[in-house]
Amino acid sequence: MQFLPELALLGAGLVIFMVSLGKTNATTTRNIAIGLGAAVFGATLLSYCAEGKLFYGAYQVDLYSQVFKTLIAGSMLVVLILGQNLKGVSEKVHPEYYLFLFMSVLGLMMLVSSVELISIFVALELSSFAVYIMVPMRDDEGKIRFQMEAGIKYLLFGVTATGFMLFGMSYMYGLTGSTDLATIITQYSTMWTHPAYVISMMMVLAGFFYKLAIFPFHFWVPDVYEGASNETTAFIATVPKLAGTAMLIRLISHITGDGQVITNVLLTCAVASMFYGNLSALVQKDVKRMLGFSGIAHAGFVLLGILTFQITGFANAMYYIIGYVVMNLACFLVICNVSSKGENVMIEDLSGLHKRSPLMAFTLAVGLFGLAGIPPFVGFMGKFMLLTGALKEGYMVVVILAAINTAIAIYYYLSVIRVTYCSEPEERGLVSPTMMTSVTSVFLLIIIVVMGVSPQRFVDFASTAVQTIM
Amino acid sequence: MDQLLFNQQYPHILSTLIFLPLAGAMLLLFVRNESFARYWALGVTIVTAIISIPLLSAFDSGTSKFQFVEKVTWIKSLNIDYVIGIDGISILLIMLTTLIMPLCVLASWTYIKTRVQAFMVCLMIMETAMLGVFCALDFVLFYVLWEAMLIPMYMLIGIWGGPRKIYASVKFFLYTLAGSVMLLVAIIWLYINNGYSFFIPDMMWQNYSSTAQIFLFLAFFLAFAIKVPMFPFHTWLPAAHVEAPTAGSVILASVLLKMGTYGFLRFAIPITPEATMLLAEPILWLSIAGIMYGGFTALAQNDMKKLIAYSSVGHMGFVTLGIFVLNTRGVEGAILQMINHGITTGALFLCIGMIYERTHSRELSDAMGLGKYMPIYATFLAFFSLSSFGFPGTNSFVGELLIIAGTFEHSTVLALACIPGAVLAAAYMLRMLQKIIWGDTNNPDQSKMVDLNVREIVTLAPFLFFVFWIGLGAQPFLDIIHVSVENLLNNYHGFTNQAVAITELIIH
Repeated sequence: MQFLPELALLGAGLVIFMVSLGKTNATTTRNIAIGLGAAVFGATLLSYCAEGKLFYGAYQVDLYSQVFKTLIAGSMLVVLILGQNLKGVSEKVHPEYYLFLFMSVLGLMMLVSSVELISIFVALELSSFAVYIMVPMRDDEGKIRFQMEAGIKYLLFGVTATGFMLFGMSYMYGLTGSTDLATIITQYSTMWTHPAYVISMMMVLAGFFYKLAIFPFHFWVPDVYEGASNETTAFIATVPKLAGTAMLIRLISHITGDGQVITNVLLTCAVASMFYGNLSALVQKDVKRMLGFSGIAHAGFVLLGILTFQITGFANAMYYIIGYVVMNLACFLVICNVSSKGENVMIEDLSGLHKRSPLMAFTLAVGLFGLAGIPPFVGFMGKFMLLTGALKEGYMVVVILAAINTAIAIYYYLSVIRVTYCSEPEERGLVSPTMMTSVTSVFLLIIIVVMGVSPQRFVDFASTAVQTIM
Repeated sequence: MDQLLFNQQYPHILSTLIFLPLAGAMLLLFVRNESFARYWALGVTIVTAIISIPLLSAFDSGTSKFQFVEKVTWIKSLNIDYVIGIDGISILLIMLTTLIMPLCVLASWTYIKTRVQAFMVCLMIMETAMLGVFCALDFVLFYVLWEAMLIPMYMLIGIWGGPRKIYASVKFFLYTLAGSVMLLVAIIWLYINNGYSFFIPDMMWQNYSSTAQIFLFLAFFLAFAIKVPMFPFHTWLPAAHVEAPTAGSVILASVLLKMGTYGFLRFAIPITPEATMLLAEPILWLSIAGIMYGGFTALAQNDMKKLIAYSSVGHMGFVTLGIFVLNTRGVEGAILQMINHGITTGALFLCIGMIYERTHSRELSDAMGLGKYMPIYATFLAFFSLSSFGFPGTNSFVGELLIIAGTFEHSTVLALACIPGAVLAAAYMLRMLQKIIWGDTNNPDQSKMVDLNVREIVTLAPFLFFVFWIGLGAQPFLDIIHVSVENLLNNYHGFTNQAVAITELIIH
């Protein structure tokens, strides 16, 4: 029971592997994949209340990890649905694509449960390596070649970040003589003023910064987002962020009051992420690139929430990242639908979307207004609670800088909405989402509004989950 | 909680007012029939207007407490409540909003030809947000509605607007949002320094340090001055007004601009009295600058909508002038003038919209010499124009007179400085009126123009009724606001006298 979601994913991978050996058409493969995704989601729900330790204490199953696993499985299911027929991926490799997707999710699920350095490393690598392959799997029939560049970039940056992380882990082991996170934390708790401790912690965090795309480990984002197929980007932009946040909370939550140096460094990273992401997003023409830069900015906000070192702050960060993932999924759902042959979507390609497909235009508008932090959507509530928490801790300057960022960000979100609603479609064809896509988009819209209007239950729930790891 | 009065007779009247249009909008989302959408929107807004009438009859104008209060816990962990209530400062604005919305629907009856349902949905969501802003007694609730309002308004301008709609709508959105982000920081600061409460009445008249007050005031000022808009933050207004469809212009002029001045009265003065005292003088001069600037610019316009838009800058300058002289006459005049401006400028925008529907031009030169062929229209326009520059017997006269009287009480120099503004208003309004009614020797051929139909007369008649009611018998309106204004000013003067005494004590 404790290991059910992971086993389900492994099983799903095996089934897809079998499928890949035979010859099936794209629709069947997709239906199988969605069915398996739903089964995995069901498995996470079943093992929702499971608790315990596995593998000699290297693997912790508690409410916190199970909540994240459910979220990961849920958003994976949405990614599978919005991917439709994987327009951007050659039909020959569809089963393999799904196989790697499942393996990557398996890595992420293992990551949120890992409480030991080696298992963290293994899980992180499993999730990354699968995606390294998924990125260049984009169809090259349209003579698109930049997916190769994107794949290489993703790999090189990923390996660099892993290198940092391993180096930091070696320090951790050297300083404490243990790879068990709990032991390390206890030993660290009194030594935060010591440079070696700070450096080792920063280096380990680098691995997760890479996943979440926080400054200065964000450089891969724009090119990979642009180069990967729309479906892959939808995955990269959402699911790994959940796991990354989960691990960041696990690690940073143990920095105690003495860790002023490290807090300051992290605060700087948060603010730098916001400014870098928002300012760069202003000039983008490719929607995916723009969302990539906006993701960097949002990661800064999440980090700001975590840095309050309060349970409410962690809960807010959790709430924020969930909201972010839902809003991002809504945007990518539209992108995948608008792109007719799997090509990249420029901002002007969205012209007159409100006439070509009112539901898609509305979904995109709500998603983007939400990301911009306009009430009554979840993005506003998340930002508001994060800023409240940060100001309570006395980060006045950071809060003001973050507020200024909100004002900068609205411009580029608005420029997309403007094209969607205020331009004429001209020659562009209709966009007709399938029934399943429409239902999914309505479902995402409802979550965005409900989480924004009555955040209480979600935050309470997040607090309960966070409390289990404190 | 002693500032709140619950009303037994109408326990949920405000919530009904706020959520009825929203519910109407939600239902309309599923309707495809355009003509049904029009009647439905009209019905919903009329019902809302009717429901709002008991507010007046049951309103106790003998107390400055908040009335018709409703309170429900919203977000418990942050101590955010859904708490609403109205006092003398907000009640007239609520009435203005509910009464003007059916007229906006009527004005869009034939003006809006595409995507009617979506337009009506936006109008009704706007009504919900606007009413909510004036009722909210919780700062987060206020901020949520204040920001949420941007989306439907953006859509109104951006989708149904004129040729430069994209520029105008984006500018409107960016200005307002950029202005209010610091307001958010101020709100959170107040929350933390007020025992973790967002309840607005609890934030008033507290002893925040002078530095904090000045920063808070600047945050408020940026948000509200952009909304008013005060010179030099006004540049979004002409663009937005000119490009918006008629109903959008009316909502913008009649209600949205009032939120800025309402914000000054509700937040800036009670929460930061000391900073208000320190910074009132420059704001007064900014108001004068706005009056003069609006007047001179309006005088030079050939686009009628732009002319009215710049006249709004001038009129709102009078309102801020009245607020920051901080005496009874000034503030009462300012509140009355807020209502007057809503009535008169709203009506003028409707008049321009009616010409636009016929000629598809907003140029003054294309509308010359209409008087001969559209006598009913000319009559309405004449009265509204007279009202706009404060002709005795019309509503604006009462408001402007009170404001100028209040300004004289405060400082003669200031009062003398604003007099040319009143003259300018006469100049630009009469210029427009003269051209539209008579024109000159080279009038375009207007013989094909048809006069107002019944729907248009019905749309304009209520405005005219209020122009004269307030103009000839303003006392009932002043009675409603009097106690709240007195209370505000008493508190303010009590507070500032104390502050001055302390300062003197330190100096001597």
